[in-house]
Amino acid sequence: MDDNNSNSLNASASQLEALAEVASIPRDDNGPVFSQPWQAEAFAMTLTLHAKGLFEWSEWAQCLAEEIKRAQSGGDPDLGDTYYHHWLAALEAIVVAKGVASESQLKQQYVAWDEAAKRTPHGAPIQL
Amino acid sequence: MTQQNTPDNDATNLADPNTDQSRQGSASQQLPREHHQHHHEHHHDHSHLDDTALRVRSLETLLTQKGYIEPEALNVLIDTYENKVGPRNGAKVIAKAWTNDRYRQWLLSDATAAIASLDFSGRQGEHMVVVENTAQVHNMVVCTLCSCYPWPVLGLPPTWYKSAPYRSRVVIDPASVLAEFGVTLEPHKKITVWDSTAEVRYLVLPERPANSEHLTEEQLAALVTRDAMIGTGLPLDSSLVSL
Repeated sequence: MDDNNSNSLNASASQLEALAEVASIPRDDNGPVFSQPWQAEAFAMTLTLHAKGLFEWSEWAQCLAEEIKRAQSGGDPDLGDTYYHHWLAALEAIVVAKGVASESQLKQQYVAWDEAAKRTPHGAPIQL
Repeated sequence: MTQQNTPDNDATNLADPNTDQSRQGSASQQLPREHHQHHHEHHHDHSHLDDTALRVRSLETLLTQKGYIEPEALNVLIDTYENKVGPRNGAKVIAKAWTNDRYRQWLLSDATAAIASLDFSGRQGEHMVVVENTAQVHNMVVCTLCSCYPWPVLGLPPTWYKSAPYRSRVVIDPASVLAEFGVTLEPHKKITVWDSTAEVRYLVLPERPANSEHLTEEQLAALVTRDAMIGTGLPLDSSLVSL
């Protein structure tokens, strides 16, 4: 393993310690577990933004907790299968709250990707 | 759809009869990449991203544009976790097949049911087919779509698995792709490449490692790597067991 690689692994190891503060993340003995790739993508984006100093873990934990609370009060039984949906909502919220992107920019991208998908032949890579 | 799920049958019997993508053994050298052959439930001729996928992509695009994330670095991070997606259900399936011949037969004739019997439920409608490596045949799995991958059994797909070069090269020249993964097969071995579709997902049953007779099912499962179940690797050497 080269130095770059081990550095990135060490960085994520320290981030994982920070993750311990985040309530109820689905995990096994070795760390977080994901049931679908987008969950790992959302997770990795969050780690990266934290590493860039965009927010403290305590802020993230609070943001995520608020999303989970909101979902529960909206009738989500919160059995674990919706955890990363809350995570994604929290990520969108904190990105907007920190002024990185506006809601309308997110909406624009959403529409652009949706249209890109619809004009892309099935099986071809979807590109904007 | 007729399913004759023994690996010794002609490959075309295993997949949807409307596709000929599964007939991509070493005999077939052309690139049958017509995407309508991906037989989807809804027969869409265009792609579709669901709400969640669109939101994740939107975030990724914006954060990349604004310099907060680099796709390459993100992939490295994701790769760090790719072996940690869910329990290693597939490895347990393989180890059971190695130690229990009745289970092995069941797995080869009705993989969906045999896998479900271990309480590893796949996503609804997902049809699994297990292809068995033998002294004569080595199987590899490819997919033109990142959605055609049995997450519940195999975990997260590696980044390279989704890359266009891998997908096309593995069909044209599987032996050289294998060599890049550090796998050299005996020259007489035939390589069969299976293209997963939205309806049929393949899992490779590797050959049981030599000198592993004394190992328990649990120890054997530890030898089964994700790559071995895709066919881009072989199970670990039995001497590596350290339980």
